[in-house]
Amino acid sequence: MLREIEGSRAIAETVAFCRPAVVCAYPISPQTHIIEGVGELVKMGRLKECEFINVESEFAAMSVSIGASAAGARAYTATASQGLLFMTEAVYNASGLGLPIVMTVANRAIGAPINIWNDHSDAMALRDSGWIQLFAETNQHAVDLHVQAFRLAEELSVPVMVCMDGFILTHAVERVEIPSQEQVDRYLPPFRPHQILDPAAPISIGAMVGPEAFTEVRYLEHTRQLEALARIPELAAEYGKIVGRARGGLVSPYRCEDAETIVVSLGSVVGTIKDVVDAMRDDGERIGVVSLTTFRPFPELTLREALASAKRVVVVEKAFAMGARGVLGADVDAAVSDRKTTTTTIVAGLGGRPITEASLRRAFGEAIRGELDDFNFLDLDHRVVDRELERTAADPTIPPSVQHVLRDVRASATRVV
Amino acid sequence: MAQKTVKFYQVGSFAVGNRLLDPEVRTVQSERTRPNALTSGHRACQGCGEALGARYVLDSAMDAADGQVIVVNATGCLEVFTTPYPETSWQVAWMHSLFGNAAAVATGVAAALKVRGDTKTRVVAQAGDGGAVDIGFGCLSGMFERNDDVLFVCYDNGGYMNTGVQRSGATPPAARTATTEAVGPEPGNAFGQGKNLPLLAVAHGIPYVATATVADLHDLESKVHRAMGIRGARYLHVLVPCPLGWGSASGDTIKLARLAHQTGLFPLFEAAYGEVIETTTIRRLAPVEEYLQLQRRFGHLFSPQPRPDVIARIQAIADNNIAEFELVEATSSKEES
Amino acid sequence: MFQVRFHGRGGQGVVTAAELLAIAAFYDGEHAQAFPSFGSERTGAPVVSFCRISTREIRTRAPIDEPDALIVQDPTLLVQPGLFAGLKSDGYLIINTTKPLESFQLGGVVTELPRSHILLFGATEIAVKHLGRPLPNAVLLGGFAALTEVVSLPALVTAIEERFSGVARAGNVAAVSEAYHQTSETSVVSSQEGSNSAS
Repeated sequence: MLREIEGSRAIAETVAFCRPAVVCAYPISPQTHIIEGVGELVKMGRLKECEFINVESEFAAMSVSIGASAAGARAYTATASQGLLFMTEAVYNASGLGLPIVMTVANRAIGAPINIWNDHSDAMALRDSGWIQLFAETNQHAVDLHVQAFRLAEELSVPVMVCMDGFILTHAVERVEIPSQEQVDRYLPPFRPHQILDPAAPISIGAMVGPEAFTEVRYLEHTRQLEALARIPELAAEYGKIVGRARGGLVSPYRCEDAETIVVSLGSVVGTIKDVVDAMRDDGERIGVVSLTTFRPFPELTLREALASAKRVVVVEKAFAMGARGVLGADVDAAVSDRKTTTTTIVAGLGGRPITEASLRRAFGEAIRGELDDFNFLDLDHRVVDRELERTAADPTIPPSVQHVLRDVRASATRVV
Repeated sequence: MAQKTVKFYQVGSFAVGNRLLDPEVRTVQSERTRPNALTSGHRACQGCGEALGARYVLDSAMDAADGQVIVVNATGCLEVFTTPYPETSWQVAWMHSLFGNAAAVATGVAAALKVRGDTKTRVVAQAGDGGAVDIGFGCLSGMFERNDDVLFVCYDNGGYMNTGVQRSGATPPAARTATTEAVGPEPGNAFGQGKNLPLLAVAHGIPYVATATVADLHDLESKVHRAMGIRGARYLHVLVPCPLGWGSASGDTIKLARLAHQTGLFPLFEAAYGEVIETTTIRRLAPVEEYLQLQRRFGHLFSPQPRPDVIARIQAIADNNIAEFELVEATSSKEES
Repeated sequence: MFQVRFHGRGGQGVVTAAELLAIAAFYDGEHAQAFPSFGSERTGAPVVSFCRISTREIRTRAPIDEPDALIVQDPTLLVQPGLFAGLKSDGYLIINTTKPLESFQLGGVVTELPRSHILLFGATEIAVKHLGRPLPNAVLLGGFAALTEVVSLPALVTAIEERFSGVARAGNVAAVSEAYHQTSETSVVSSQEGSNSAS
């Protein structure tokens, strides 16, 4: 049914239709409305046969999910940022044990300094954890990805993280078509675990694996993830047939067929980029954008195909590797390293810094004219940064100060946008 | 009259149970058909109290639940020496996740069973003192607070033994560990620290809390049975001597467990909904020295420089326990504290 | 695309106002996107929310830098520098107040706006009358709808009925309708006064 609804609410209702048996709730901005929404549906009796458990930390949230999944229940939770990091040990444990848990990550920056706004540093911090990572461009996309996530996870016995930009998507009210219970049931059969804790057939799960076998175990996990590259488009197509809407898959190219310059990005910023692409195309620029729906496993071959015509690739990402360069940028660079394509990375939107069409347009223009470095920060306030660097150069015992930066930037609650 | 050779399976203690006993009073361990949830072939040290305790507890739990038990185990000695891949010595549905989350994982298992309407299968979580008192405390407290239907068992040997005998929140005062060496003006673990997890469990007001040791098998089994007959959050704290970590003879494990009770250092009690309801009185009161001198982790209290002052402080702890829990039958000469 | 920026204080329903407008636009068959200026919205602190309305799919997530309309729920915010930033020179301004425009001594872009694009009315008073509480957020939308004709009154009413229940629902419907009709009539009057034709 087509509705104008808050993103979080849409996800809550969609997850409910996926019939989770155990849902773990621990609050963290900006995921709270999702988990509250599911809790409400359980209490109202709309989501039946579901244990909604208020746990005492995110570490507990993932741990309870692990126990539930190992005992044969479809398990779901949601988190962000600090919460994702707090449960990191359990996140790796879940994938290592092959438990098909689905988790929403409402992408948010990681502190210190504490910041509740959107960027991708949280998901990127867990990119090697063995979880499949899907990124939603819109709330509609997020809804569709959640349904597919449960099916994918259970088929491959690999946990799946559905990433959606915190606040920007979770707290936006926009048009969403939520599938019906009947449609979801047609797509998502009851959970049939590949392994289960059962007194009738007792097994030991979670044994120690030594040097003689660990490499092989990890390699097999890796091949499992790579299997997903083939399954994801097939499952997306199957879903599309049921709901009459195609949204899923590995990558989504937009106006790339003859593009000389192709932007690669993830998540909600792709929408803004599409508007910029259209404006630049109107001015005769041959530019397009590829949105990665699947980030892990990394769809290298599919991406290469999408970038076939590009002379230059511009990666726009909301995270970076401190002391090195881009994260997505590094993966994209490696994917086209054998070609003459130049790649440049633009880090944007950190800690919720708004990304404007004007800034993107300017940056893409600079990229086309070869005026960008390999690694760039969009809208960096050089005045503030230079002043701080001068200050610390004068006295090396003083490290860069957050207070100075804030005072200089003069951010205030009354400032519009 | 025909003569029959009768074999006695006594081992110099009351631990195994006497086959001449009335069947109703026999322990689960004394049955030839006992579950052996933890079976032979594991890699525990000779005389390991935890291996003994785990088999006692889980066989008893399986007996109470017709074998319908799922076990969640924290990281630690027990998990490591029982599952050297590709082998396992568990004959029960068993899972190991992480160090600090056994209680939470168990909550998840219990939730899955509840959703399915399975009221027969019961969940037991187990951890060493590190995984219960320290790193596992948050999840444990959460499980208690929600009153999840899990029996959590802590095998307490007073330290992180698997990683080389480091101090935990359950290490007794004055004990030497790798991180509380017997050097300096205050050798061994500090006084005035440590968590009393059984009392913390009582403070959560959960349906059942009990302490036990591997020295009294009947007592341990009956507590497990009682716990298994209750729904909701339950906690069992079992003292399990560790010959390696304690520096004791491998044959002294049960003797040490008994002495811990007899000195008053480890009170045996049961509690329900925040109130202590039963205690086990000490029939033969022993001075703490008798217990301490069998353990090299307390060796520095005896030589080269005897430390009667420290021993006196430990005795004071024992005396306080005896008073608080009324562990010794009151005689006319005893004063009210 | 029509872009609206709402200004108010935490607790005044500024976020709800943007959402109601989006839902109303949806019922009018339009695409709409509403979002708050995400922050820890403490009661009493200045809060901003946004709504975009378009006949086509809205893809951008950029902030609204050049709003077509500003709705100011709390006139004490008018002293803020930057409150009017980006407002288009033919944009709309709606202020919740019973005082006359001149009393605020607003300069800058406000002086360039067509007078017929500026609406001041006591939404709080209307809210108190129908709701018993000073919650002007939905009421202001009634004035907005009449002034700009970007959303219809029936769509607004449907949005309110979906969002609220009980007294709040009936009260807001009545209040929004009063604000709408009052604004329509006043606009007709002022356009008659401002026109050169005799009628």
